[in-house]
Parts: sequence; C-alpha cells; structure tokens
Amino acid sequence: MTVQRWLYINGLFGLILIGAILIALLMGAEPISLSEMARILEGVPHQADSAKAAILLQVRLPRILLAGLVGGILALCGVVFQALLRNPLADPFILGVSSGAALGAYLAMLFGLQSTVLGFTAMPLMAFAGGLMSIWFVYLIAKVDGQLPITGLLLAGVVVNAVLSALILFITSVLDAGKVMNILVWVMGNIGSLDYRIIGTLAFYTLISGVLLLMTAKPLNLLTLGEESALTLGLPVERVKKLLLVLTTFLTGAAVSVSGIIGFVGIIAPHAARMLVGPDHRVLLPASALVGASFLILADTIARTALGPTEIPVGVLTALCGGPFFLILLKTKKMHG
Amino acid sequence: MTELYQVQELSFRYGAVPVLQGIAFATRAGEFIGIIGPNGSGKTTLLKLLSAILKPNTGKIEFGGMDLRSWNRHDLAQKMAVVPQETAFLYTYTVLEIVLMGRAPFTSLFGFDRPEDLRIALESLKQVGLLDMADRSIQTLSGGERQMVVIARALTQQPEVLLLDEPTAYLDIRHQQKIYNLLTRLNKEQGLTVVVVSHDLNLAGQYCHRLIMLSDGQTVADGTAEKVLTKERIEAVYGCQVLIDRHPMTGRPRMTLVPHDAA
Repeated sequence: MTVQRWLYINGLFGLILIGAILIALLMGAEPISLSEMARILEGVPHQADSAKAAILLQVRLPRILLAGLVGGILALCGVVFQALLRNPLADPFILGVSSGAALGAYLAMLFGLQSTVLGFTAMPLMAFAGGLMSIWFVYLIAKVDGQLPITGLLLAGVVVNAVLSALILFITSVLDAGKVMNILVWVMGNIGSLDYRIIGTLAFYTLISGVLLLMTAKPLNLLTLGEESALTLGLPVERVKKLLLVLTTFLTGAAVSVSGIIGFVGIIAPHAARMLVGPDHRVLLPASALVGASFLILADTIARTALGPTEIPVGVLTALCGGPFFLILLKTKKMHG
Repeated sequence: MTELYQVQELSFRYGAVPVLQGIAFATRAGEFIGIIGPNGSGKTTLLKLLSAILKPNTGKIEFGGMDLRSWNRHDLAQKMAVVPQETAFLYTYTVLEIVLMGRAPFTSLFGFDRPEDLRIALESLKQVGLLDMADRSIQTLSGGERQMVVIARALTQQPEVLLLDEPTAYLDIRHQQKIYNLLTRLNKEQGLTVVVVSHDLNLAGQYCHRLIMLSDGQTVADGTAEKVLTKERIEAVYGCQVLIDRHPMTGRPRMTLVPHDAA
C-alpha cells in the first residue's frame, strides 16, 4: 500500500459520502431545491428561505450526520471483528454489546430514569453502560491466564448474549404495552434528529477512536494470518487484541446507545468495501467506514421519506435493501472473478 | 562461529501432560539442523518454543546470548522468521501483499510500504520462483505454491534464522526438492541458519548437516545423519522394521521400509 493509492481510494469513497449527504439533504417532505440548498449552506439565505433553512440545518443535517457517524462506526467495528475473530460472518454485535445495551435501555425505561449528563438522556447512558458491562463479562469469562483465546471469546459472547436476551424478554413480558412499543422502536434501530451537542460528542469520540483504530491496520492484516504467524511477525498479539476489544466496545456501545440496534451495516459494509478495495486493512478500514456512513445515510433517507409521514425503523430497512444489494455485488464479483 | 541458541534443561507441559523433558543443546550460526522423531515426540512443540510462540515451564532458551523471554517480539522478528506447517488465508490477499507482510517488523506503525520493502519482497518472490504470480490472489494458488509464498514472506524478514515446521508435509516430491534446494542455497550462500522439523527421514538425512532426534519428549540422538540414522535407533524409536543403505550419489544414509511379508 503506497500513500498515493491510499489517498486515491479514500478520496473516491469520500466523494461518494459527500454525494450521499447532498442527496439526503435534498430529500424529504418539504421540497427544497438545489439552489435553495446552496444558498442556505453558504449562509446567505433569502428571507423566504428561513423555514427551509431550519428544516435543513436543524432537522435534516443533524440526522444525516448522526446516520453517517453510526454507519461509519458500525462498519469500522465490523471490519475489526472480522479480522480479530478470524470470522467473515462477525459483526460488531457478535460479542453481546447490543443485548447488553438493550438491557440497559430497558432498565432505564422500566425505572423511568430521567437524569441527563452532557445532553444525553438516561436511556442512551444506560444503554452505553449496559454494552460495556456485557463485554466486560464476556472478557472475564473468556480470559485464561491473561490470554484471550478466540473460541472462548466467541462462546462467551454467545452465552452472555443468550442470557441477556432472556432477561430482556422477561422484562418485556412484565412491562405494559405502551412502554413495550416505545422500546421496541429503539431496539429495531432508528436515527433521530438529535441535539448538535450529542452529535459533537459522538463525533469527537469517533474521531479519536477511529484514528487509533486506523493505527491498528497493520496488526489486523497480520492477525488474519493467525495469531501464531502474527506473533512471529513481531506483533504483541494479546495486547493488540485487548486494545481492539476496548476500542470497538466503546465505539459500538456509543453507536447503539444513540441509535438502537441497527443490524447489517456492520457486516455488509466491510464485505462490500473488501470486494471493492481488497482485504488490506490500511485502506479497508477507512473505506469501510466511508461505505458504512454513505449506506446508512441513504438507508435512513429512504426510511424517513418512503412511507412519509410514517417512518420505517432504519434497522429494518438496512437488511431489507442492503441484503439484495449485497447479493448483487456478490454475484457480479463472482462472475468477473 | 558464534553461538545462536543455547537450550538448557528445557521442559514443557500442556496442562498436566508433559511434552518435552530435559532438552539441552546448543547451535551455532550457519547450521542446517533437522529435528526429527515420531508423531507426538514433541518436535513441533520444540520449534514453537524456539520461536517464542510458547514459553518453557522450566529451563531456558537463550537466543543470541539473551533469554528468549526478555526479547521484544518486534526485535525478535527482525532476526528470526517462522514458516508454520499450514497457513489458512481468510481473505483474498494478493501474493505480493502476503509477502510484504514480512516487512512488518521493519515498517512504521501505520506501515506504508517503502520502495525498499517492495524491492526486498520481489527479490524473495524471485528466490522461490513465484515472481510471475505476484498479483494473483493467494486463494487461487496450489498448496505447494502457498507454502512457497509463506517461505518468501519469511525471507522478506531478512532473518538470521529460519524455523520451519514440516514445510513439505503436504507437498509433492517436486516441491519437496524445490524447498530443500532453496534452503540449502540460502544456508550456503547467505549463511542463513535453518532449523527444520521433518517427518521425512530421507529428506532430512540428505539435506541437513545435523539431526536432533526426539522420542517421548527427550533427545535420543544429536549429530550427523550417519550417526543418527542407524537401523537400530530407528527401529527402537519408531518401532518398525527398516532397511538402511547409502544414497549412491551422496553416500548419506537412506532408509527404506521393510514390508511385513518381506522380512
């Protein structure tokens, strides 16, 4: 991987992301033309544009940014898990972050917690805490003599996932119907128009963890060869595994806490990116993040406009339109070798 | 010649199961050593201990005058390369990408490839005769070719020692000869120290300068092929009847199995 090729590929995917953002800005219940949008974004709106400016900047843009961040995070963590666990079917939720987060959200709902920290309400905070706790459990169960064997990690993840899911079903069965509906929407995954403060926090967070994850590109390449080979190529494998686990847990925990469980992005975006740019993580990590961000922005645009004013939970839509898209990609790639 | 490995009273257990006991030997730089012995005698475990993948329970291994435990992985990978028995390639890397991973111990944190790295990787591919396959996907290669790629990756580390675990286990005689000829050339021309675990007594006997024979986790013989590969020892260690004669061209011991009805 040379610097030129890296810049070229990421530049290309960056342009796709910008295209996705522009398309998403233009679509919605209130028609906004390209020229109106240009005026608003340049900060020189006409008097008549003020309502549209509010829609664009206060409703659509924050939502688009959030979708982009969440999509990018899930794709990035998906790539990491697919290399770390040496399993192409891995996704960011495979070790139980999602069910832990869901349980946290349920508990917040159940006890009607109201407090807020840094603009975050109780539900995302509890979800975040739940996600971290579940991975902490998985880590404790899987750890043997200070090492983290991959099979143990996967098994512990499956078990913790199962137990937490059972707990969630139990709580669902005792909650009243109104509350259940509320939380079901969250579990299905949806992007809302959140406060810029929350998006800023998430973006700051993503940026730092994302840069750290980019630094693990070379180790991830080595890990796909197997842990023993990675060791003999000079990689302190156990330390790297723990670092990756911490980074991905914090990132997915954060994403899930603000958007619920949006499936499919974390498994499909890495595969789509891998088909397009190859398996080298130095370019695959950023490319996946950009693909994931673009994909979720477009999916969320469809989710909020297709049946307007009714919204489709975006988590449902990602699988619904992502699946066929992925199959086409798989099929054409196979045919062309 | 300088001392490379110094193995002292080495023992290793997997849980409660003892695998190696009281292993001791020393090697010098530039040797070509074969580790032989029956299944379960501890060959692979010994190689993993020598490559610091496993840590000894008791005893110690010194490498380059320093306890292997105190070596930093990164520094060690600049001196020592390991070719495992088999590598599973999960994703469709190209041959060149795999070989370039051998530069990992030398590149920066993010690891962009420098022209220097590319040159060394291509040179290694040339040495194993796979230069024309550089851009092929690793998954389209045959088993023999993949093993050659892994050897090229090891050479790209520009190591002083090359450790190989049954590199020819699943390969046909053409690849067997190719790999051992290559090892001999690297050993002779570049002074590369080679330690190879092998099941094939004839291959090891023909190519290695020194054989270390293990049985039940202990060293039972250590020396030249002539000294180690005797009829009595092989029959005692492997529990099967063999015929030993000489290779007509090299004069090295050659082993043939004796079928039950011919004995």
